[in-house]
Amino acid sequence: MSSTLCIVNGSVHDPANRIAGEPRTLFVRDGRIADAVAEPDRTIDARGMVVMPGGVDIHCHIAGPKVNLARKLQPEDHRRDPHPGTRFTRSGSGGIVPSTFATGYRYATLGYTTAMEAAVTPIGARHTLEELHDTPIIDKGFYVLLGNNIFLQQLLRDGRRSEFRQAVAWWINSTKAYTAKLVNPGGDEPWKGRRNSNVSDLDEKNDVFGISPRQIIDAFVEVANDAGFPHPPHIHCNNLGHSGNFRTTLETMKTAGDRRLHVAHIQFHSYAGEPGKNPGSAAREIADYVNAHPNITCDVGQVMFGKSTIMTADAPLAYMLRGIKKAKWINADTECESGCGILPFSYQEKVYVHALQWAIGLELFLMSADPWRIILSTDHPNGGSFQSYPKLIRLLMDRDFRKQEMQRVNRRAIARTTLPDLDREYSLNEIAIITRAGPARALGLRNKGHLGAGADADITIYDDHPDRERMFSAPRYVIKSGHMIIDNHEFCADFSGRMLHIAPEYDASIVDAVRPFFENYYSIEFDNYAVPDSYLHDHEVIPLRPATG
Amino acid sequence: MTETMLLIAGRTSEQGTSLNKGKLKAEYQQVTSTAEMNEQDMARLGLKEGDRVRLRNDAGETTVTCTPRKAADLPSGMIFMAYGPCSSELMEADTAGSGMPLSKNLAVTVEKVPAGHRNSEGVNP
Amino acid sequence: MSENLRVVENATCTFCGCVCDDMILTVDDTQKRIVKAKNACVLGRAWFAEHTIEEAPAALMEGKPATIDAAVAEAARILVEARFPIAYGLSDTTCEAQRQAVAIMDMVRGNIDTTTSVCHGPSGIAFQGVGESTMTLGEVKNRADLVIYWGGNPAESHPRHFGRYAVTAKGMFTPNGKKDRTVVVIDVRRTPSVPAANIFVQLKPGKDFELLWALRVRVKGRPIHADIEEITGVPPATIEDLVQRMKGCRYGVLFFGMGLTMTRGRHFNSGALLALATDLNEFTHFVAKPVRGHGNVTGADNVMSWQTGYPFGVNFSRGYPRFNPGEFTTVDTLARGDADAAMIIASDPASNFPREATAHLRRIPVISLDPKATLTSGLARVAFRTATYGINTGGTVYRMDDVPITMRKAFDSPFPDDESILKAIREKVRELLLARTPHGARSAFELPLTA
Repeated sequence: MSSTLCIVNGSVHDPANRIAGEPRTLFVRDGRIADAVAEPDRTIDARGMVVMPGGVDIHCHIAGPKVNLARKLQPEDHRRDPHPGTRFTRSGSGGIVPSTFATGYRYATLGYTTAMEAAVTPIGARHTLEELHDTPIIDKGFYVLLGNNIFLQQLLRDGRRSEFRQAVAWWINSTKAYTAKLVNPGGDEPWKGRRNSNVSDLDEKNDVFGISPRQIIDAFVEVANDAGFPHPPHIHCNNLGHSGNFRTTLETMKTAGDRRLHVAHIQFHSYAGEPGKNPGSAAREIADYVNAHPNITCDVGQVMFGKSTIMTADAPLAYMLRGIKKAKWINADTECESGCGILPFSYQEKVYVHALQWAIGLELFLMSADPWRIILSTDHPNGGSFQSYPKLIRLLMDRDFRKQEMQRVNRRAIARTTLPDLDREYSLNEIAIITRAGPARALGLRNKGHLGAGADADITIYDDHPDRERMFSAPRYVIKSGHMIIDNHEFCADFSGRMLHIAPEYDASIVDAVRPFFENYYSIEFDNYAVPDSYLHDHEVIPLRPATG
Repeated sequence: MTETMLLIAGRTSEQGTSLNKGKLKAEYQQVTSTAEMNEQDMARLGLKEGDRVRLRNDAGETTVTCTPRKAADLPSGMIFMAYGPCSSELMEADTAGSGMPLSKNLAVTVEKVPAGHRNSEGVNP
Repeated sequence: MSENLRVVENATCTFCGCVCDDMILTVDDTQKRIVKAKNACVLGRAWFAEHTIEEAPAALMEGKPATIDAAVAEAARILVEARFPIAYGLSDTTCEAQRQAVAIMDMVRGNIDTTTSVCHGPSGIAFQGVGESTMTLGEVKNRADLVIYWGGNPAESHPRHFGRYAVTAKGMFTPNGKKDRTVVVIDVRRTPSVPAANIFVQLKPGKDFELLWALRVRVKGRPIHADIEEITGVPPATIEDLVQRMKGCRYGVLFFGMGLTMTRGRHFNSGALLALATDLNEFTHFVAKPVRGHGNVTGADNVMSWQTGYPFGVNFSRGYPRFNPGEFTTVDTLARGDADAAMIIASDPASNFPREATAHLRRIPVISLDPKATLTSGLARVAFRTATYGINTGGTVYRMDDVPITMRKAFDSPFPDDESILKAIREKVRELLLARTPHGARSAFELPLTA
């Protein structure tokens, strides 16, 4: 069992417990925060330091089939960023799509202790679980792609709503997922079956399955809310990246009504303008809607200048971006379940669209009235690496730095935003919300994102350095599940972390409905499809919320 | 009579099934030391089914048993055989910086081995 | 045959990259063998029938029977004491075993490579250069109306590829199977796969790149020289017909074999093919896929990639992974004489590597893990006899299209599986390395490089 621990004299930021930079003593026993420990094995003097819960990444792409394709694709990127092993840790490769070991260690090196892989095909769940097992330190889970699932679309077409509900629960159970992910709902069939076309309107009915994106969204919102998923459907809206797409985003949120919905990387969905023309900013329209609707949570998907990798189940989007430079590109179709597009990419300060995307992301952060519902992310590695979070934090906390950075980017783009007029600076406490407490709450992880008794002892201790980028780049101590992992900036142990998943109940008879479809249209045996428990390393089933009816 | 031909090594059903029995078994060794040749080429070289031919290039040499294929199936100047210890004798170790030694379309000289001449290369030690 | 029969359903055949998971195995528990493999092809039937339990010691050292513990200790000692230990093979074992093998080579700062380097390694290199439009095999079954096989002979190498996935398979938008699609075979000889095709295109040997490039040119609507037929043996009219079919289909697939990778041009050939498939997406939906050979070679690529960032040919001598085909690939590390110890897992380089490489293998200490006696196990200093994956073990394998499948054990083997042996070696290696670590050292960089 882990040792007991006491942390004294630190300035504690624990927004969930309304502690904003106050000296508190923390105790750790059996991997959790305790009220008191009589004789702790070790006491850390955190004088002059900032103590926060471990960071929680609500949306990133770190494991599974598409991530591994992107890794394989870019030896040139790994080469310039090797990740040496230590006596305690495995070696690996860094870069924009790090190897699994490097991913876990580098999250820990930022003080993050939980990360959710945001898009996994059901048939790729096994692969994802194998990779997550090899992703050390952090706790992790994944969202399973169901928004273009052909069987589920057929159930909706046929009006079999109750079977739809059972089937969603069956799929989540069978894959050990955390929630349902929708990506460009309804867009797969035109891509694969109609010569690489796409769907553009929420009410456009697919000519094969006869249902619209809106019907798909509505059905998933209903299921997740009725069943009490701790995290609602996680949606990548239609029309990502297209000028004028903010209307689609608003319509998507309106489809949810007052039911819970998480909108992923909302920056990519906040563009004004006309399709086919240069975009403008619709951050105000989007922020206003989110601010006024407490049922909506979102993560920003901030663009950071430099290297990125587009990896998405939104295959038409990746193909569109591929058209810009005609550089190497991956398309990967998954039978009955999903599409996928991957390409190396880079965001450049002087490019109008890139600068605009950068500015819109910052606008959204700075216009947010409720930091609990607008969560820090770069949609790693789509908008940039998770390793750029410290710089992003500085952009939010340091107005002068932000203005200085603004000078370096395309002026025409900045002029089309309100960014120069936004003087807000995030406080440390607000940073603790958008990187810890907020995502934990949005995920329904009651033992994460806070430091109250009973919480997971996932703790980060930073030097209180005025350069916030430097501060958040290198915590002095990181404690995971009560284990000292980083001790005075050095790794001192390895740790496997835990899989987080949900297990909604379903009526076993749904299996009889899925089986014939499977036998006709899949290429593996139905009985070999569901992932056995042996693929879970240490794991935790997160309980459902009480039904909201 | 000696001619230069192109050797292609590949998988075959018999190679696959015999390999399961064991690579040290006679069946696998026989399958991987048999070469298919164009029947007209064989006639020209005075070869009959079951005759032994020596294949040689800069990398090495090996002796195999030949068997005829119709001209429509195997063009003149081409030899096909199952991958194995014999075909490996003819592979260059230089991979040209790729990791992959060439094992298809290898130029080899083909020479009949007189009957009764005991082959020492056909089956690897 | 005894009365002690049992049926295992949904078992997986790992002989080839098709990784068919619909096997119905009848197991004779008394004789410890599979007496029937329903649904298996000719290769699969041999795979299941011939993997019986042979009377043999579980471990040999210098050709003499040894305990597993002693063999593990000797294997660990060899790996830790070597300056340039290499690991090779891995395509016929589970992902679980592959993960252990990479860990060991990471710890001893060795070199690790898989049989990918001598099969579709060039396609992997091409993939890194141009990307790939690809799919899972079920998409082909459900959607493909044009299927092209290039430089491969699945009728003999992957016998169920046609029926299960690509030619006669019936799917969602191809309810009539073969009637709903056009099948093309492109090869230098009339292989046994040709009868399955509607169109056979016979190409001159070694001219794959030229024909692929001509197709790319015509897909883009530009002219090609009249001597194309002289160069490739393929008439312009045939090229034109192929181009029209490719642009006009709804869902087209290019499957390719080692006819592209093992010949002149290597990764340029694979790259040209992948680029052709990519180009065609301007007109329709088009995908490509190498038809991979061994049962879990695709798993080996995946494990290597997620653990190191690179799919094969990886060296840890600097304490982190480096990738360089031609330098860290096994034919090269052996033929150049770099390697001073080798651990060969489920592979037989002694019978299928070039002569110089095999000769070096005879000069250095070799550790082998294999369910069967091979030329490689015969020359090994330490030879483990292991359980056969998928027959005597569970575990994970990846089909040629990256779809992971969990295997079902048919019957127990008295021999340990690869994963257990490798885990034991890993533990022993850890002990040996820790004993050598200077007191208080925190980093692998403080480890001495030599004993």
